[in-house]
This record gives sequence, structure tokens and C-alpha cells, in this order.
Amino acid sequence: MIRIEQIFRLTPPKKKILVLFLLVLPFMVGNYWSQILGDIGIYIILGIGLNVVVGFAGLLDLGYVAFFAIGAYGYALLASPQFGIHIPFWLMLPVCIAFGAGFGAFLGTPVLRMRGDYLAIVTLGFGQIMRITLNNLDPLTNGPRGLLRIDPPKIGDWIIDTPIEWYYLIMAGIFFAIFVANRLNDSRIGRAWIAMREDQDTAEIMGINVLKYKLMAFSIGASFAGLGGAIFASRQGSIFPDNFSLMVSINVLCLIIIGGLGSIPGIILGSIILIGLPEALRGVQQYRMLLFGGLLVIMMIFRPTGFIPSARKKIEFKK
Amino acid sequence: MEYLLNPEILTAQIINGLTIGGIYALIALGYTLVYGILFMINFAHGEIFMFGSFGGFAVLTLLSNNGFSTTHPTLSILCAFAAAILISSALGAILERVAYRPLRDAPRLSPLISAIGVSIFLQNAMMLFTRGRMQVYPDIIPENFIEIGWLSISCFQISIILGCLLLMTGLYIFIYKTKTGKAMRAVAENREAASLMGIDVNRIITITFIIGSALAAAAGVMVGIYYTQINHMMGFIPGIKAFTAAVLGGIGNVPGAMLGGFFLGLAEALGVLVMPAQYKDLIAFGLLILVLIIRPKGIMGEVVSERV
Repeated sequence: MIRIEQIFRLTPPKKKILVLFLLVLPFMVGNYWSQILGDIGIYIILGIGLNVVVGFAGLLDLGYVAFFAIGAYGYALLASPQFGIHIPFWLMLPVCIAFGAGFGAFLGTPVLRMRGDYLAIVTLGFGQIMRITLNNLDPLTNGPRGLLRIDPPKIGDWIIDTPIEWYYLIMAGIFFAIFVANRLNDSRIGRAWIAMREDQDTAEIMGINVLKYKLMAFSIGASFAGLGGAIFASRQGSIFPDNFSLMVSINVLCLIIIGGLGSIPGIILGSIILIGLPEALRGVQQYRMLLFGGLLVIMMIFRPTGFIPSARKKIEFKK
Repeated sequence: MEYLLNPEILTAQIINGLTIGGIYALIALGYTLVYGILFMINFAHGEIFMFGSFGGFAVLTLLSNNGFSTTHPTLSILCAFAAAILISSALGAILERVAYRPLRDAPRLSPLISAIGVSIFLQNAMMLFTRGRMQVYPDIIPENFIEIGWLSISCFQISIILGCLLLMTGLYIFIYKTKTGKAMRAVAENREAASLMGIDVNRIITITFIIGSALAAAAGVMVGIYYTQINHMMGFIPGIKAFTAAVLGGIGNVPGAMLGGFFLGLAEALGVLVMPAQYKDLIAFGLLILVLIIRPKGIMGEVVSERV
């Protein structure tokens, strides 16, 4: 049996310092920046999930926000005064993950037969449909008035509601997501995805059931968004259809591409750049989207692999 | 549901549908032309449409401020179209050169991201320029109605439908009857073989972007005159819907995009008769998903074959 001391002894010192740094970080920066770190964290979870779809399997999904919305609304409907149902947060987490995965499979079944570009547009359309439906399905979602007073997570009598407490919870979520994504990437499934991404026909000839693995990537990617959505809803306390606009999908896509497609350190860096930097640069806020748009173009031309490319991509681009 | 059988409402909605459908078709042609040649979704096409609309707006405002438009209303509107077409075509050509040409042989994700970047850039540039305010097209020609028995049709709608048809006929003749059009079709068929036959591929691609952008600009001015209010976000929804129209008709297929545009416009206009108006946008996306599942090649089928 592995004991805590053993894990501690086996961890390289660099990682020890990193973990220690992450643990004390919120106390160093205070409430305001912990809140922003939490925002960044939610985007990291979304980025890791979308990376499974785009980075690992090579499927372009522009409607990722739909699954985020499913997770958030799923949690909010079952843990708020809206219907008087109050299922605890910890029980809802797996349920929301399942909601995400289920919806991913549901949407994926008809659309994954399509070619890449069509997939992008259909998912984009689906994201829009989701927002319009949430906006108009008054009896269920309260429409544009949103869902309010959503339950925060509780451990016994202790309610998690300060930015610093949330920071730790989101951090745990990120570690869980990274663990799952890494495991998937190194597994047989992950290799099948890469084979499929590189050459679908060859992969099929090698005996990979392309449709099945595409569906798996889509559905697993969506489940991360379900997790992110549940965390988002309970942290915000109230959600509105406008929280789930196309810009969320685009932001998540851009952060994984700027950071480096397929690489988790890249996603973290991308989230910090995309979500954190604008907060730091509030003074030039009006120019930030302008700069951001230009940056995307420049990035694609001069550094298409992103700031921290995945090890595998680095080799591929050297060819 | 009795109003469904009311010929007055039905005709009015059909004309509304044809008007907006013509506009969708003009924008859709830009998507389909570029896709036919480069196999890329020009995500920034909606913004080119928006810039065209603002170009027309600037000229019309200028002309109405110095009184020229009251003496020569038709000429002013033609000037607005010319200016819009000039601005959008230049913009389309520049975008192709700066943001898409360096990525022509990159993985297919790269040009799409680049296009998303361009789209965000242009939207925000216009937002900074107009300070995010809604702009109102000056009233130059009063909206007249033609009465035929119980039927009353707006002149604007008729002119838009006729204008769209005229532009489409022009495009059709250009593509199928001229030498440059033939070269465009050749490049769409096989870029390398076309270049071996002595066709300047870069020139043809630039021309394609210019034509697509010019059509979008014309649509932009029409939208400005018809709906009067424009803002920096106006390109987004029509852009997506026009793309939907292009896919509905079979992307890469020029007559298909025209048909898809009118079809989508009619479907939306008649759809709001049977379902609540706030679900109007669902019709376009719902149709898109439905068509792609049932007939992925679109109504008319793709002209271009899939690249392996």
C-alpha cells in the first residue's frame, strides 16, 4: 500500500514547490485575484475538455458552450428554489458530468458522420439553438431573468462561498480533469484518436471504429463542460442565458490554440493569457478584443503550434 | 390558425421571405465561391458585409448632409452602392492577402482560426470607430407601396428582390460565360492542374474574394436602406444564416447558394406563421442540421468533390 509519505518522497522537488505555491497563492493575492483565478480555473477545465475533442481527436466543435450550459442549467434546476429541489452539490457533480456526456452523445450521433467544416457549423448552430431555447423556455428556465439563488456546495455545515474557498475547489476540479485527460491521452483510446486525427482512412483500415471513437471524444469532451457548468452555476449563484453566448465557445477554442493544441501546460497558459490578462489590463479594455483578434491571425501565421506545443505536435511540425 | 389561409398575410410573408432570402443569397454566394476554391469557411464574411453597409452609410450620410441626395436621390443611392462595393472588395482582397494566403497549405484548422480572429478584429475596429452606437441610414427615398387589388407591396422589397436577381444573373454570366469565370471554375476543380494550364491561381483567388465581398457589400447597403438601423454586430447572424443557406444549397455550388438563400428566407418568413417569432432563428439552424443529416450534400449537391 502506498502511504502519504511515500507519495511525498516520490514527488520531484519541482512539483513540490509548485503544489506549495498553488496552495498559498490565494492568501498572497487576496480575494479579488482569487476570484479571477477561479474564473481562469473554470476556463482551464473547459479548455481541457475541448482539447479532448479538438486537440486529441481533431474534431472542430464551435458549440462547446452548449454542454457548459447543460451542466450549469442542470445543476441550477435541481439545486435552487426554482422547483424547490435541493440536491447536494457533491451528488450533482457526477450527474452534471453525465448530463454533459449524454448530450454530447445525443448531438454527436447524427452530426459526427459529417466532414470537419460542416461539423464546425452544425455545432455552432447547436450552441445558438441552446441559447435561444434557454432564453425562451420560460416555465423551465425563467428565460432572460435567469435562475437565481442557486445552492452553494456544503461540507457538513460549512458553506463554500468565499473566493479563496472556491479557489481550492476549482483547483481540485482542475487536477481531476488533468488526471483524466492525461490518462485518456496515454491510453489505447488516446492513440486511436491521434491515428484518426492524422489520417482517418488509414486509421479505419487499421481497425479503428472511427465513428465510435469520434463519439467517445465528443461525449467525454462534453462531460468536462458539464463539470465546469455545475461549478460555474454554484459559484455564480445565478445564471442567465447570456452567460452562454458564442463568445464562450470561441474563447475556449482560442485559449487552447494560443496555448498549444493538445498540451495541458499550454491550456493553462492560454487561460491565463486570455482570461487573466484582460483583468490586469482593464485600462485598455476597449482595445483588448481588437488586439486579441489580431493576435489570433498572427499566431496562426507565425506560431501555429501555440506557445507551449504538445511534445507530439512538436515532433510532427519538425517534419 | 385561420390566418394561415388568409391570402393577404400569406402573400405578404412570401414577399418578406423573398426579400430577406435574396439578401441571404447574396451573402451566401461569397461563402460558396470561397469555399469552392479554397475549401475554407471565410468566417469574416459577415464582417465584410457589415463594412459594406457602413461604407454605404457613410456616403449616404455625407450626400444627405450637403443636400445632394434631395436633388439626385437615385444617383446618391448608386454612389452608396459603389462606395460600399469598393470598400468591401478592397477589404476582402486585403484579408485574403494578409490572413489567408500565408495559411493556404496549413492544416485546415489554421485558416478557420485566422478567419475567426479577423472577424473579431473587424467587429471591434468598427465598434471603436462608431463607439458601439446604432447608426441610422438617412431617409432618402420614401417607402412607397404598390397597390394591386388587396395586395400592397413595398417598393423597397421589389427593388431588393430585383436587385438580387440582377446581381445573381450577372454573376452567373460572369462565371459561366467569361474567360475569368472559366479560370475560376478550373481553379475550383483542381488548383494545381489549373496553374499548370497557365492560370494565375493567386489572381483568381483574389478575384473570387473581390466578387464575394462586392456581393456582400451590395447586400449590406440593401439591409441598411430596408431596415435603416445598422451596428457593428449586424454581420454575425446574417453571416451564419447565409452560410446555412450556402450549405442548404450545397456548398461550392453557385446556383445552389442562390436557391438556398431564397429557400431559407421563405422558410423563416412562413415559419413564423406557425411558431412563436422568438424561435425564428431556430428555423435556420434546425433546417441546417436536418439537411445535413438527411442530405449532407445539400439540395443541389456539391459541385466540388471532397479533397482527400
